[in-house]
Amino acid sequence: MEPAAPWSPERAASIISAHVGEEGALLPILHALQEAFGHIPRAAVPLVAEALNLTRAEVHGVVSFYHEFRATPPGRHVLRLCRAEACQAMGAEAVHDAVHRRLGVGWHETTADGAVTVEPVFCLGLCAVAPSGMLDGAPLGRLDAAGLAATLDLAR
Amino acid sequence: MSRVFVPRDAFALALGADAVAAALARAGFAVVRTGSRGMAWLEPMIEAETPSGRIAYGPVRAGDVAGLIAAGLATGGTHPLRLGRAEEIPFLAAQTRFTFARCGVVDPASLDDYRAHGGLRGLARALEIGPVATIAEVTTSGLRGRGGAGFPTGIKWKTVADAAGDRKYIVANADEGDSGTFADRMLMEGDPFALIEGMAIAAVAVGASKGYVYTRSEYPHAIAAFARALAAARAGGLLGADMLGSGIGFDIEQRVGAGAYICGEETSLLDSLEGKRGQVRAKPPLPAIKGLFGRPTVVNNVISLASVPFILAEGARAYHDVGFGRSRGTMPIQLAGNIRHGGLFEAGFGLTLGEIVHDIGGGTASGRKVRAVQVGGPLGAYFPEALFDTPFDYEAFAAKDGLIGHGGVVVFDDTVDMARQARFAMEFCAAESCGKCTPCRIGSVRGMEVMEQILAGRDVDANLQLIRDLCETMKFGSLCALGGFIPYPVLSALTHFPEDFRRPALAAE
Repeated sequence: MEPAAPWSPERAASIISAHVGEEGALLPILHALQEAFGHIPRAAVPLVAEALNLTRAEVHGVVSFYHEFRATPPGRHVLRLCRAEACQAMGAEAVHDAVHRRLGVGWHETTADGAVTVEPVFCLGLCAVAPSGMLDGAPLGRLDAAGLAATLDLAR
Repeated sequence: MSRVFVPRDAFALALGADAVAAALARAGFAVVRTGSRGMAWLEPMIEAETPSGRIAYGPVRAGDVAGLIAAGLATGGTHPLRLGRAEEIPFLAAQTRFTFARCGVVDPASLDDYRAHGGLRGLARALEIGPVATIAEVTTSGLRGRGGAGFPTGIKWKTVADAAGDRKYIVANADEGDSGTFADRMLMEGDPFALIEGMAIAAVAVGASKGYVYTRSEYPHAIAAFARALAAARAGGLLGADMLGSGIGFDIEQRVGAGAYICGEETSLLDSLEGKRGQVRAKPPLPAIKGLFGRPTVVNNVISLASVPFILAEGARAYHDVGFGRSRGTMPIQLAGNIRHGGLFEAGFGLTLGEIVHDIGGGTASGRKVRAVQVGGPLGAYFPEALFDTPFDYEAFAAKDGLIGHGGVVVFDDTVDMARQARFAMEFCAAESCGKCTPCRIGSVRGMEVMEQILAGRDVDANLQLIRDLCETMKFGSLCALGGFIPYPVLSALTHFPEDFRRPALAAE
């Protein structure tokens, strides 16, 4: 995974100005900021608000509405595990419990060494190869606790 | 150099297709990356181009490649993984593939390949017969919204065509958030030009100049595949200021969601596209009259739009001739969860649920008995085996207090605890509620709390009464289908599996 860049107001300003003329520019801007910095830094909010003629509260309201926008930087790897029904039907919950125990973290938490953030997701469209997940954007199917542990060890 | 087709669909990638493709390329094969044919249990399924057609092998692991080559992969040689000609595999041969005819066959990044496999004939006909006749054709076909609501597509288009506006929009809803569904994803990864062509036909029909595709962020591969197709469509003159030399200007932009299930609801999708919190709008006004940025807007599901090129190319009659009752044409049924033969099965409406689960799906993957089947995503009802004679049809499912939704079928075996599934439905609604209306925002949290009381065996009779009352309030008082339909899984679990709700009180707290 591309490591997140440290906060830079200049870089943020150039990201914002690249999208500012678009219809409904706020989501594209937030996605681009998160891609660059790994999260939406608090310091970015007033810059976005200013550029789009919105209040800071409005921008914060949008950032906090969507599950995907993070307020803090993630670990070096992001593991997303599907909690939805098709995966439940194939025993996803037991796999999730094993991952939480092994890594010592719950949902939305990052391991102490900063290696892995574990996030829940409701459906990845991999419902015929359940239980499913995604590691740094790469899809994983027919997960079991042992296989997932091996994948994680390899990534770390 | 022999050609071999290897899917780049997310199912195949999740099971190691990239390593297979790399091994084949190293061995000197010309590898063409395609979508998936939709047989997830055979993925990665590769196809070798031979004089006697495309011969399929699967499921193939990277470690199998050397053995396959030694067995004569290039000429369709015998091997334990050999499946024969792809189209003759019974699961595929039994389908009626109108919308997914090219998926898994063509190179999804090549406009030339799309054209060579019959693409763009629908758009050519729409340009020839004009907007009024195009809308009439879609109306006559009987096509209804495949996102789940089942509203007649032709009538929606006519409303937008008749509405006054300085600009009009076509919005494709690719926020496919229902668990158990993946048809939009597969189409965008396997045959994205079908969606582009469908949107272009809609634009001709209603006089729109701009289209948006709102794709969920959980689908990075669909986003990438569709972006490649958009670039090819612009380079090939299919999109832009002069669409295929017609003098009509139309372009499409892809926007990406941010993990909010509610944005699959059309009005919150529009708010999200406008850069706002994805909150539901009160209707009226209909999006067809006042939609994106207040302009007349067609909002259709990906599959609705991708069904249109076939209807225009082959004629409304060919589509309408297939189907059941008022549900005309085909539906991509998605078999998911605990099922042996999971994947996508496109067929005319009217198969019974039992045929779908047992005959097509082969029963459970675990080999245990089927206990419950949730149809239509997290807002769909749980059906017991006693209702397996229900035909797959909008009206027949509604008559049994269920819905077909976007066509997802999630199978559970006899280890499932239906009271916990009912609790999960409320938890999901609480997590995903947009917060605009009280029955959904507060009701889902209260529903979860009441279900926890029932799970703990406390005051079960009173709490069951309470949960039924609450479901009534949510069903009739919510602004949209999230709060309005979440009672379906809860009440169906309670009605068909009451024994799971009668629990002994837990010991001391």
